[in-house]
Amino acid sequence: MKFGVVTFPGSNCDYDAYQAITEILGEEATYLWHKDHDLQGSDVIILPGGFSYGDYLRAGAIARFSPIMHDVVAHAKAGGPVLAICNGFQIACEAGLLPGALMRNSHLQFVSAEVRIRVENDDTMFTNLYNRGEILRIPVAHGDGRYVASADVLDQLEAEGRVVFKYVDAGGATSADANPNGSERNIAGIISEAGNVLGLMPHPERACSPLLGSNDGVRLLESILARVAA
Amino acid sequence: MSDVKPRAGDPAITPALIGEHGLTKQEYERLVAMLGRAPTFTELGIVSALWSEHCSYKHSRPILKTLPTTAPYVLQGPGENAGVISIGDGLAVAFKIESHNHPSAVEPYQGAATGVGGILRDVFTMGARPIAMLNSLRFGSLDDSRVRYLFSGVVKGIGDYGNCVGIPTVAGEIVFDPSYEKNPLVNAMCVGLLHEEDLIRAKAEGVGNSIMAVGARTGRDGIHGASFASEDLSAASDAKRPRIQVGDPFTEKLLLEASLELIKSGHIVAIQDMGAAGLTSSSAEMAERGDVGVTIDVTKVPTRESGMSPYEILLSESQERMLVVAKKGREDSVREILTKWDLTAAVIGEVIAEPVYRVTEGSTVVAEFPGSRLVTDCPSYSPAARESSEIAALRAVDPSAIAERSEEEDPAWTLEQLLSAPTIASKAWAYRQYDSTVRTNTVIGPGGDAAVLRVRGTNKAIAVKTDCNGRYVYLDPRVGGRIAVAEAARNVACTGARPMAITNCLNFGNPTRPEVFYQLKEAVAGMGEACRALGTPVTGGNVSLYNESPSGAVYPTPVIGMVGLIEDLSHITRATFNRGGDAILLLGEPGGELGGELGGTEYLATIHGKVLGPPPRCDVDQERKVIDALLEAIRAEVVSSAHDCSDGGLAVALAECCIANPEHENGAEIDLSNYSSLANREILFGESQARIVLSSSSPERVLAIAAKAGVRCARIGTVVADADALTIKLPKGTVRNPLVRLRHAYHETIPGIMARTPEHATFDELDPVAAH
Repeated sequence: MKFGVVTFPGSNCDYDAYQAITEILGEEATYLWHKDHDLQGSDVIILPGGFSYGDYLRAGAIARFSPIMHDVVAHAKAGGPVLAICNGFQIACEAGLLPGALMRNSHLQFVSAEVRIRVENDDTMFTNLYNRGEILRIPVAHGDGRYVASADVLDQLEAEGRVVFKYVDAGGATSADANPNGSERNIAGIISEAGNVLGLMPHPERACSPLLGSNDGVRLLESILARVAA
Repeated sequence: MSDVKPRAGDPAITPALIGEHGLTKQEYERLVAMLGRAPTFTELGIVSALWSEHCSYKHSRPILKTLPTTAPYVLQGPGENAGVISIGDGLAVAFKIESHNHPSAVEPYQGAATGVGGILRDVFTMGARPIAMLNSLRFGSLDDSRVRYLFSGVVKGIGDYGNCVGIPTVAGEIVFDPSYEKNPLVNAMCVGLLHEEDLIRAKAEGVGNSIMAVGARTGRDGIHGASFASEDLSAASDAKRPRIQVGDPFTEKLLLEASLELIKSGHIVAIQDMGAAGLTSSSAEMAERGDVGVTIDVTKVPTRESGMSPYEILLSESQERMLVVAKKGREDSVREILTKWDLTAAVIGEVIAEPVYRVTEGSTVVAEFPGSRLVTDCPSYSPAARESSEIAALRAVDPSAIAERSEEEDPAWTLEQLLSAPTIASKAWAYRQYDSTVRTNTVIGPGGDAAVLRVRGTNKAIAVKTDCNGRYVYLDPRVGGRIAVAEAARNVACTGARPMAITNCLNFGNPTRPEVFYQLKEAVAGMGEACRALGTPVTGGNVSLYNESPSGAVYPTPVIGMVGLIEDLSHITRATFNRGGDAILLLGEPGGELGGELGGTEYLATIHGKVLGPPPRCDVDQERKVIDALLEAIRAEVVSSAHDCSDGGLAVALAECCIANPEHENGAEIDLSNYSSLANREILFGESQARIVLSSSSPERVLAIAAKAGVRCARIGTVVADADALTIKLPKGTVRNPLVRLRHAYHETIPGIMARTPEHATFDELDPVAAH
C-alpha cells in the first residue's frame, strides 16, 4: 500500500510520518509537494503535523488553499483514507473535511506531553485493531488543540460513534486534569461521516517505538492496512 | 586601493561619534593607521561591529587559546560556525552554544526566540540537520514580578521558535539567583547530525565565484546588535530595543530545508549565517578564512524597505538570512532551490584575487579595507586580573560556623525547602511548552540527567547536557570552572554515554574590571584542567561579557554544553529508581574526611540566604575514575538507574530518584548512620563532587567494578516499591520523608509561583520599563 505524506511549507512531522510508514509498517511512502496537483497514486493520504505557513492567520487556514489540497479533498470525497494529525487535523477542519475547529489551548500555553487517550470506537478504518475502552499512551505537542463545535454537532458526533478518541486519566476517566488543552468533552480525535477521514491532535507516528516510550500508535497505522487491504 | 570618500549625508567623524560606536581612542587610531586615512561613516560602522567584544573576542582570545581543542575524532574545532565530532559509521555531530543575554533582558520573547534561530543556523550551515536544542537559563528570584515576566517570555520565545521549526528542545537547566535579576542569561545550544562527507565550512574560495544573499530580505532591525551585546546593561538599554531582532521561525524552517538542499546540491562552496553584525561579519570572516578578497555591492542586496543606506544594510541583523558563495555559473541553480522554498537569492558580490575587503554602492566604493586585516588586526587585550578581596573573604568563611535554624531539627523540613527551591524544583512548567519529541529520536527528554537521542540507522545514541554552577565559580573560579565541566560529564555518563567534547558559553561581567578578568582567566583555566583530564576537548563556543547592570555583575557563569556517545542502545540508563528491591549505592563516595562540604551550597543559599565558604573540592582525576567505573558498570548491565549528586546534595539526589518521574514513584530506605564524623546537614545537603547515586540488582558486581577502578563505593540502602516514604537513618536520628510531601514540593512549586502572574495583565503592567 502506498502512503502519500503531504509537505506544506512549515510541515515538520512529515518526516516522522514517512519514517513510521516505511520503517515500522514496512509500506511504501512518498512525499507530496504542496505546489503539485499529483497524489502519485497514493492509497492513503497523511496530512502531517507542523506549522504549515507558520500558522499565520490561523492554524491550517492558509494550507487548505494549497494546490495539493484540491486533490486531497477530491480523494477524501471519493472515500479515500486521510489521516490528519495535529496541524493536519487543523487543516482538515479548515478544509471542511471534518466538522468543528481547533482553538488556542485553554491555558494559553503550548503543551508537549505524553497523554492517555481512550479508544471510543474500535470499528473504524483507523482503530479496528484496538479494543473499545483501551487506553493508549501517545504524545501531544500543540498550541491550538482545543476541539470545539456546537453542542448539536458534538451530540451528533457522539451519537454516531464519530468521536474516536478521548483524553483520559490513568484511571480511564475523562477528567479535566487529563484534558491537555480544554477540548470539549475531552475529544482528542474524530472521524468524518463516511468514516474515511480521521483527525486527531495526538501523534500516533511518535508512538511507534518502545525505545521512545510507547508503541501504542502502531496499531492505528496497521488498522488502516488491515481495512484498506481487505 | 580605491579612492574612498564620505557619502553625501554621512555624519562627520567626531570623537563623540567614535565613542558612540564603542571604539576607544587607541582603537580608532589603530583603524586610521590600518587605512592610512580617516574612515568613512560606513567604515566606522563596520569596524564598530567587527571589533565589538561579541565579534572579536578581544578580551578572551588569548585565554581561550589555552583550552584543549583536539582529539582524533574532532573534525572541526573552534573558529567555524560550529564544532564537529565524528561518532563513527560515517556520521558526525555538529554542536554549538551561544548567548542571547542582552536582547532577552530587554525583550525576552524575541531575544530568546532569535537566540534559538541564530544557533540553529550556525549548525545547519555546517551541513548538519539539527536534531536537538538545549538551553541554559539564569534569572533572578521568581518572587519578583518582572523576573516572572522575563522567565515566561523567554520560555515562550524558545518554545515558539523551536516548536515551529520542528527541532525538539530536549534538555538544559534553569537557575534562579538574585545575581541575575537585572541581567538574565539566555544561552541556546543546538546539536545537529551529518554525514561526514557533507561537512561544509564557511570559507570563501575560488576567484570569480559569486557571493549571494539568500533567505529573508534585509531590513532596519537589529542594527548594532553586536555592539549592544558588548556593553553593560543600564537604564538606557531599554531605548536600544530597536537593536533587537525579530524572528520568524517559519522562514527559518524554509531556510533550513533550502540550505541543506543547497549544500547537498554541490552548487556552493561556502555558506554562513548572517548573524551578529550581519552581512559585514559574515562576508569579512568568510574572506579571511579563505584568504581571498571580496567585493560587495549593497544596491544588489534584497531589502525590506527602500532608502536603506550602505551603513544600515551592512549592519542590519535581520534574521533568517544566509551568505553563500556559489560556484561560478551555478547562480541560477542556487536561485531555483531558494525559489522552490519561496525564498529570495541574489548575487551581491564576488570573490576576487585582490587582497581587499571592498563595499560599493553601485560603482562608488563606500568602504575598503586592506586584505583580511579587518579581522586579523582587531585589538587583543590582556587587562589586569586581581581577585576581589571581598569574595576571597567570603570564601574564607567556615560554613559549619553558621548556626542551624530551629526548623532544621527535622531534616525533612529542610529537604522539602530545598526541593521547592526553584533552582532544584521540577522545571516541567517550562519544558512542557517545548516540543521535545518531534523527529522521533528522543529517548530521554527534559528532566533527566542528560537528554538522549537515538541515531537512526545505527545502534548508537548521543547524550547532551548543559551545566554550570555560577555560585561555585563566584566563590572560586578555578574550582568552579573544573566543576562545570565535570558535572556536565557526569550527567551524560549517568545516561550511559562516554563524554566526548564540549562547547562553552562564557557569561561574565565587564572584563576591564580586574576582578572580572580574574574570574574569566581562572574559570577558563579550571575548565581546561577538567577537559584535559576527562578527554573532552573544546570545539567552539561563545563569549558574552559585560553582563552587568547597575547592581553589579552576574555570577561568572561558564556554561558547558557536553556531548556524549552511547555505543549501544541497551546501555541507556535513567535517573530514577525503577525496580523495588534494588540496592542503592553511592559511587564515588568520598568517605568521611572529604564528604559533606557545605560551602557554596544550595542549602546555605536557600535555608540561610548565604553564599560563602569554599565550594566543594574537585579532583579531576577522581572525576575521571568515577565516570570510568560508572560506564563499566553500565556496560556490564548491572545498573538500573544512575543519578548525579549535585545541587542540594545527597538527600535531594535520593528524593529525585524517588519522585522525579511522576508516572513511576518508588520509596527507599537509606542508612547513613555510620557517617558519624559528620553533622546531619553535612551528610544530607553537602555538595561534595564526583558522586553518583546508583540502583542495582547486583550490588556486589558494582562494588567489585568500583574496587577495581580504585573508586570508593558503598551500599547505602534499598529501593522499596510500595513504601510511601524516603526514610534516611542518620548518625543522630532517622528522618522520614513522605513521598506525597516530596512530590508536592518538587512538582508544584514553579506552577504555583507562575500562577501568581495575572493571566491577562497588560504589557505595561508587566513591563514597567516598556511603558515609558
